[in-house]
Amino acid sequence: MEITKKVRGGDVRAASRLIRNLEDRIPLAKDSIKHIFPHTGKAHVIGFTGSPGAGKSTMIDCLVAELRKRNKTVGVLLVDPTSPFTGGAILGDRIRMQRHATDPGVFVRSLATRGALGGLAKAVGDAIHVMDAMGKDFVIVETVGTGQQEVDIINHAHTVVVVLVPGMGDEIQAIKAGILEIADIFVINKADREGAGKLYRELVYMLSMVDKFPGGWKPPIIRAENIFAMDSFQRSLDEMTNTIDQHYQNLIEKGLLGDRIRRKAVLELNEALLSAILDPILTKLVESGEMKEMTDKLLKKETDPYTLAEGVASKYLVMPDV
Amino acid sequence: MANRKLRIMVAKPGLDGHDRGARVLARCFRDAGYETIYTGCHQTPEQIAAAAIQEDIDCVGLSCMSGAHKYLFPECVRQIRALGGDDIQIIGGGIIPKGDYQLLYDAGLKGIFTPGITLDDIVKWINENIVPNVKE
Repeated sequence: MEITKKVRGGDVRAASRLIRNLEDRIPLAKDSIKHIFPHTGKAHVIGFTGSPGAGKSTMIDCLVAELRKRNKTVGVLLVDPTSPFTGGAILGDRIRMQRHATDPGVFVRSLATRGALGGLAKAVGDAIHVMDAMGKDFVIVETVGTGQQEVDIINHAHTVVVVLVPGMGDEIQAIKAGILEIADIFVINKADREGAGKLYRELVYMLSMVDKFPGGWKPPIIRAENIFAMDSFQRSLDEMTNTIDQHYQNLIEKGLLGDRIRRKAVLELNEALLSAILDPILTKLVESGEMKEMTDKLLKKETDPYTLAEGVASKYLVMPDV
Repeated sequence: MANRKLRIMVAKPGLDGHDRGARVLARCFRDAGYETIYTGCHQTPEQIAAAAIQEDIDCVGLSCMSGAHKYLFPECVRQIRALGGDDIQIIGGGIIPKGDYQLLYDAGLKGIFTPGITLDDIVKWINENIVPNVKE
């Protein structure tokens, strides 16, 4: 296929259009992924997550600069929220990294969540495949500004960096499940601000309560101070870049990379199954008017969603005898 | 189930920090249901063109208040076309004298919007004149 060849050759226009078609769920795009899939699995995928305004985009901008110094090529996927009211979105993360716009070794693409709730867009998994197939050494994914529960990034990233800032809450916040559990590396950004020491101690305390870390990797805590103090910030940046690299090496040495890849494979298969089974049925229900009839019945309380769903399943799905 | 979304970019080329209008427009485009990329101030035409290609943009809206539109807008068009963005529509706005309109249309701009026009009019114009690049 022509487009597959172009993507593998690193053609940005073709790749971005393919990502567009995947977002818009154009059936042809699925065929392209079939052709691209065998050529993926080489890139180190890094996820950045954390609350809005923590400095995720700025840290990514600096990491990209650092990776470019080391002659690595980088793809960046930036996710921002879609308005639940209008379906529109302002994708503004790119502002922080426009200095890389004309660097052919960097490909930055913004995506809107379009209703997905896990902190990512639905097309992120496939968009990573596209950048991977283009031959990017690193693919960096930025989630939306997260609270505590948007943890989908662990299904896609080999290394998850959680960016925190001082002054977000007391230590109870730090032992909550969710966002803090998924970190492979913590970055305390704006660490020259008041409360940074307390936040650091809370994280150390939280980590001290964990008995065993997979692969013996205890998430390091990196403090990044004032970005305008170039020397000290550069040291933090070096530390972050090296730590990300060490984490990946550790995954490989301890045989844990396979687990992370398997997690994504299971998820992708689940989603592909769901869409292969559900999409044709949904289309049929909408076209035949059954969807509207069923909704009307629900509104009149004549029946319930479970009975209707079972009816649809027995009508459209041929189940093998067990 | 396919669902095409318009992707639009708001960009400010050149040495011009007057971005209130650009931000209002970005917000307005969000409310109109478009996926809107805002690149910030002080962009070179090369940066704007590269971003438009990387983001697969349908329409680039350029904003200029500095009086340099006669150079910057045509240069943006040229750079976008040079990177293969043949199907990207380019519009512009800001402080632009009527006498410059023809030069900008000739350079490839599809629409020009200046003070006095309402947000509703701009959205209506876009809905009528810009379609998502559906080609493969």
